[in-house]
Amino acid sequence: MRVIFEKSTPGRRGVGFPPSDVPAHAVLPPECLRATRAELPEVSELEAVRHFTRLSQRNFSVDTNFYPLGSCTMKYNPKFCEVVARLEGFSQLHPLLPQLRRGGMLTQGALGVLYETARLLCEITGMAQFTMQPLAGAHGELTGAMIIAAYHRQQGKRKTRVIIPDSAHGTNPASAAIAGYEVVVAPTGDRGVLDAQTVEELLSDEVAALMLTCPNTLGLFNSQIREIADLIHGVDGLMYYDGANLNALLGRARPGDMGFDVVHLNLHKTFGAPHGGGGPGAGPVGVVERLAPFLPTSVVEKRSDGTYSLQYDRKDSIGYVAPFYGSFGVIVRAYAYLLLLGGDCLKSVSGNAVLNANYVLARLKDHYEVAFDRRCMHEFVLSASRQARMGVKALDVAKGLLDRGIHPPTVYFPQTVPEALMIEPTETESKETLDAFVAAMIEIARLAEQDPDALHEAPTQTPVGRLDEVAAARNQDTSYTPPAPPVEQ
Amino acid sequence: MRPEDCLYTQEHEWLHKEGNEATVGITDYAVSQLGGITFVELPEEGQRVGKGEPMASVESVKAVSDICAPASGTISAVNTALADEPQLIDEGPYEGGWICKIVLEEQGELEELMDAEAYRKHVEALPE
Amino acid sequence: MDYIGNTDAQRQEMLKATGAASIDELFEDIPAALRAHAFDLPPGMSEMEVRTRLERLAKNNAVDLVLFLGGGFYDHYVPSAADAILQRGEFYTAYTPYQPEASQGTLQAIYEFQTALCRLTGMEVANASLYDGGTALFEAAMMALRITGRNKIILDSGVSPIYRNMLYCYTSNLNIEFVEVPVYNGRTRRDVVAQRLDEDTAAIIIQNPNFFGFVDDLSDVVEMVHRVGGLAIMCFYPISLGLLKTPGEMGVDVAVGEGQSIGLPLSFGGPYLGLMATRKEYQRQMPGRLVGATTDREGRRGFVLTLQTREQHIRREKATSNICTNSALCALAALTYLTLVGKEGIREVARLCADKAAYASQRLDAIPGVQVSRDAPFFNEFVCKLPADAGDVVGHMVEKGFAAGFPLGRYYPGMERHLLVALTERRTKEEIGAFAEALEGVL
Repeated sequence: MRVIFEKSTPGRRGVGFPPSDVPAHAVLPPECLRATRAELPEVSELEAVRHFTRLSQRNFSVDTNFYPLGSCTMKYNPKFCEVVARLEGFSQLHPLLPQLRRGGMLTQGALGVLYETARLLCEITGMAQFTMQPLAGAHGELTGAMIIAAYHRQQGKRKTRVIIPDSAHGTNPASAAIAGYEVVVAPTGDRGVLDAQTVEELLSDEVAALMLTCPNTLGLFNSQIREIADLIHGVDGLMYYDGANLNALLGRARPGDMGFDVVHLNLHKTFGAPHGGGGPGAGPVGVVERLAPFLPTSVVEKRSDGTYSLQYDRKDSIGYVAPFYGSFGVIVRAYAYLLLLGGDCLKSVSGNAVLNANYVLARLKDHYEVAFDRRCMHEFVLSASRQARMGVKALDVAKGLLDRGIHPPTVYFPQTVPEALMIEPTETESKETLDAFVAAMIEIARLAEQDPDALHEAPTQTPVGRLDEVAAARNQDTSYTPPAPPVEQ
Repeated sequence: MRPEDCLYTQEHEWLHKEGNEATVGITDYAVSQLGGITFVELPEEGQRVGKGEPMASVESVKAVSDICAPASGTISAVNTALADEPQLIDEGPYEGGWICKIVLEEQGELEELMDAEAYRKHVEALPE
Repeated sequence: MDYIGNTDAQRQEMLKATGAASIDELFEDIPAALRAHAFDLPPGMSEMEVRTRLERLAKNNAVDLVLFLGGGFYDHYVPSAADAILQRGEFYTAYTPYQPEASQGTLQAIYEFQTALCRLTGMEVANASLYDGGTALFEAAMMALRITGRNKIILDSGVSPIYRNMLYCYTSNLNIEFVEVPVYNGRTRRDVVAQRLDEDTAAIIIQNPNFFGFVDDLSDVVEMVHRVGGLAIMCFYPISLGLLKTPGEMGVDVAVGEGQSIGLPLSFGGPYLGLMATRKEYQRQMPGRLVGATTDREGRRGFVLTLQTREQHIRREKATSNICTNSALCALAALTYLTLVGKEGIREVARLCADKAAYASQRLDAIPGVQVSRDAPFFNEFVCKLPADAGDVVGHMVEKGFAAGFPLGRYYPGMERHLLVALTERRTKEEIGAFAEALEGVL
């Protein structure tokens, strides 16, 4: 499809502005002005709308396709949440208003949303206090790691290492490294989870924290979690909970009760906010009481008269991780979702998420190898290694699913499982959809045996086929340049 | 360079000795595993490298791999053509895709490398 | 309301397939002692009830104030078509485009966004966006450290204090030396910069227009840092580039900015959009996603995420950044804004902002005791000195229906009587007049 710049016609425009109504003309010195015009598109509103609508139709999305992308929790995003995030009282609110004198009173509703959302998340996770500031999951991880560093610094302890299992999301080691830590990789045990004994062997006084996703990326809950937490606490280390997979535990178990000290959540995974094609998200961080002084500045507090205020005077705080109070628009969506759900529905979310995953696992385990053949939580990992021996790799399975109108699972992750296919159906999908997915997966397994080449050609039903990523990396065409006009002879 | 005349490391670098100098590159097996080289980070001429130390890296769309010096010495020449045409490695890892030349410090180090036959067996024994 | 698709009968059927007797049995890996008891949470509500509650909260915010408040975050008009496009579920309910054949919409949009940003800033390569302007600035600083292998950063105090605070927060565990250079008469102090620059300098960070709204040609400062082998990082305000000299034209190495002004609502501080663009030679050191054009087997043009080996999901602890996503939907908002406004419109908006600021400054200057700082030219925001504490004045102006500006004393000690006033194309002559009268009234 042509890019918008190719649809440009000089003089055409998509929106008009009123003529200036002021009798003044700013005089800016010529050396401060741009020499050439910014070559932005020149299209009518209709052309723009048609272009972007057509582009949208070249996407798979939760609204249009089953999207069982493991560890991403692609659940349905209620339309209601979009509507309330656009209420003018929220969307038109200037973030600097509360920094004006007595300005907090100008934004009581918004501060209320932040405070109440944090309170609900505290109860769900068993944490004492939350900051809503981190702007995405990985941002939450970095914030959490900085809180841990600040805590140990205040204790006068020199801690340099963070233990992270080999099955962890790549952001965990990246975040720990950026916070200044050396990463110690812990191997996954025979049962698919981190063994307490492994932790014991890696333990030393230098260990600042263990970062854990629980259930882990294999969809398995670690029954030894309390034991592991005791070990880490024994060297005054802290337990970090990566909330990517909290959907499995909603209303049933709390990270706080398991011994975790720091938790980040992904509002765009667990709490109904959309993924936006890769952001924006929100990654609030919760901590136990003794870490609360280190939370980022500012913190929303509730006064005895029921009004809210922003607290900036925090001497132990790690400082400012975001320009303001977080991805407020995303937080409003999650708050609306939490209010809809209430305490009573939390359990049905996790229950149905786990049932859906186990159902698909039970239906597929005779057709694909299973990374760990046991019951799973909200997701599980298959391996296409049986198919790979016939020349059909996990990637080919993924492309085969695209032709069947299904977004593929997460592939080649976790890296500890060869030809991994990580499947997370979520609670909002119906049995009919799951059955259609199972049928497609079985058909692909059969094709792998009978006609592997058909899968190598896939996808053929999408707007483009397999793309040449090597050429993309070599050519580095990351910005459109019009072809040079033909030279006249 | 003829592959049968080269010496090899377990990590799939080859070395071709020419007097007290040697040409270094990566093997066709390494190329097949990476699948399409998209970028090469080259060492600098005059740089001293120790045996087994990372001195360059190659990138594909899937991975980044360090290239370690098969022997200690000083870099005497660099294949600068790779900066613009990394695909030279895919096209001919033993020819246009050589990476650099090293003036060898200790000829004795070469004894620890495999000959072509030993390397062939090493690759065959690797899991698919 | 839980949005669950299955019926009880279906659940029973599915349980049978799993071999479990009940849903609770599926959770048996969780030791009994760790299972939470009762949760202290309100019962679920219907959409109607939640809507009433949220509308009440929304009304409890002062959005009826006429905004003369900016500080890097502005009340610009967003064309209706832009939000209509954002509401396409195909865009906002998709994930990061890991499967390119199923994500051409998002990928092409990001490619177009990167193109638009390059053309706006005069830079060679832009990434798919970061979280916000502040995190983009931190990432730019880290880039400069990696590229130069040095550890000293010179920070102009005309750079937004909000971003400077973030920069200090993120680097607190790292070994980086920051040197702040004061602003004099609204401009970057060339003499002080010259003294501070040395062979250890990784970068200088400057902003144009600076936090006070002043506009400058910083080409000479860029040249100064280049002479010692350091990089120039510039924070920019995208709307201003409809008129102003671009970071590219000034020779800047890394340009970063907040994209809120181009198509995003103020939304109480987020979600926003971190903009980053650089030179081609530094592309590999740039964090964040990047989309590249290529072709499929049949020669059809398509788009993919490229140079992913820089990123955390491959490099893990060796990644250039821990950021694993972009603000894709916000980038789409910016792209649709820049498309609808277009080549002509971006200049018009910038011109309207500057003219209204010029007019407002004349009106305020005419008030006895008020003095607009004219040390340097300004774009859409300017500083005026009041005969009273600016914080108090702003408080009184709220009662008259105006968010009068930002009292600079909060971040700049000694400037307690200085007010930063912002104008956008949305402010009318009538509003500006009423604002001037109200201000005169409260002084």
